[in-house]
Amino acid sequence: MVNLALVWAEKYQEENAGVRISVTGGGSGTGLASLVNGTVDIANASRSIKTEEKEQLEQAGHQAVEYVVASDAIAVIVNPENPVQNLTLEEISRIYKGEINNWAELGGENRPIVRLSRETNSGTHVYFLEEVIRLGSKEDKNIFAPDTLLLPSSEGIITEVRDNPNAIGYDGLGYVTPDVKVIAVAKDRSLPYVKPTIQTVINGTYPISRDLYMYTNESPSQAVQDYLAWIYGPEAQEIVSDLGFVPVSTKQSANGE
Amino acid sequence: MASKARTSIHYGEFIITLLIRTAGYLSVLFVLLISLFLIREAVPAMFKVPADALFNTRWYPIEGLYGIFPLLTGSLTITIGASLIAIPLGLLTAVYISEIAPPWTKEILKPLVEILAGIPSVVLGFLGILVLSPFLRETFNLPTGLTALTGSILLGWAAIPTIVSVSEDALNTVPSSYREASLALGTTRWQTIWGVTVPSARSGIITAIMLGVGRVIGETMTVMMVTGNAPTMPSGINTILMPIRTMTATIASEMGEVAKGSDHYQVLFFIGLILFVFSLAINIIAFQISSRRIKRSERLLS
Repeated sequence: MVNLALVWAEKYQEENAGVRISVTGGGSGTGLASLVNGTVDIANASRSIKTEEKEQLEQAGHQAVEYVVASDAIAVIVNPENPVQNLTLEEISRIYKGEINNWAELGGENRPIVRLSRETNSGTHVYFLEEVIRLGSKEDKNIFAPDTLLLPSSEGIITEVRDNPNAIGYDGLGYVTPDVKVIAVAKDRSLPYVKPTIQTVINGTYPISRDLYMYTNESPSQAVQDYLAWIYGPEAQEIVSDLGFVPVSTKQSANGE
Repeated sequence: MASKARTSIHYGEFIITLLIRTAGYLSVLFVLLISLFLIREAVPAMFKVPADALFNTRWYPIEGLYGIFPLLTGSLTITIGASLIAIPLGLLTAVYISEIAPPWTKEILKPLVEILAGIPSVVLGFLGILVLSPFLRETFNLPTGLTALTGSILLGWAAIPTIVSVSEDALNTVPSSYREASLALGTTRWQTIWGVTVPSARSGIITAIMLGVGRVIGETMTVMMVTGNAPTMPSGINTILMPIRTMTATIASEMGEVAKGSDHYQVLFFIGLILFVFSLAINIIAFQISSRRIKRSERLLS
């Protein structure tokens, strides 16, 4: 999320001479701890605030105010010729761990599965590893099967999935083109299969997505309020989709504030 | 007056000699500095990462798995594959252009080969992704077209212009009296080419091949786009039809994100050092072969 925050800050400073925003990375915990300590005005976080963090802030005499500024959805994609429509998170995990190697095991045709992934330096790769392959478990030490194709760009993944009926890939929703098939994903068998759309990401039914947050205390300064208002504006939200995240709708921003 | 002109000529000569000498020394200095830098950054990897971990079979750096074995075999597969394609095709093209083609064909072919040399590797990569890889997948009924073979064909293609133009030059320097003498002895054109012209140009041809192979080992962009970058271990002859990951592609795709001084950073430099040693070895072999041939021919002539 630090990339998004950096681009936002850069753009905002370009347009508003005199405003200076410094962005520091380090992870969601770092940002929220700094908010508790009062060293930052805004904490960016790719997860919601923990109860302990909320309590710490209250002990310091402040209330946390949460803003959902964008969402991040990862679509699982296959070739349009592939008859497979739905997969559970566990099935996707087993595919990428190398335990399922033929589409026939998933009700598809008798074809080998070709796994596609982004390179290891991609944040999406790490997120997919932690939340899908390891199903969010910290103890799980599984990694991608060694024959997983690591492609250097999102476009590379889209092209291969479009051309190759054996392929399965994942990519930020922003990169997905209409000529690949998006898989409907269910968290487990008892839950309905959901396709990633801006709607299902916002209402939280699509399982491979996360909200991106900004936190302030209860009385942000005028400058911070202006910045947050700009972030919910069309220009900043366009940056959100440019970077492959899901923008928040204008309605959502009204709720957020 | 005359002496003044002579002094200024002396000065001019002095300055030009100095410039040329500096340029020569500078290139030596740069090579030394680059090697020193590479060694300084790479050597700590050998102490920080145990040798058995380094020559392991799994490359997954974000979990601390630094097995470079699949990367070595990946580069090797691509190099052998591309050489098998580029060397015969390149040599035959050079022989055709230099010995057989009528002048008007020669005039068309030579610039075309040079244009081929000018195609940027990223464009070759696009061709690979959009045309060659789907074609290979359907022809050989492969799970995916992003394989070592795809990379080999494209890199072979990239190496052909180097091989053609250098070995064509070598063939051209063979004195026409050799050919005439051979033909006068009643040999056919083919016998002259195979028995006289090509062996006489041998050292130049070997240099051409080595330059071509050097190009293949160091090529990055195309292989990164078309070989699938999966760090798999080779399994017999089928390896050529499977995705592989080369050393160059690994460095290119991972260097941008590593923290300076980390294990991962130093292992990447270690891989760079291996590549450097590879191409150094190729150059030394090429130099040895070509200088040995010159000596022998000199002996024959004297």
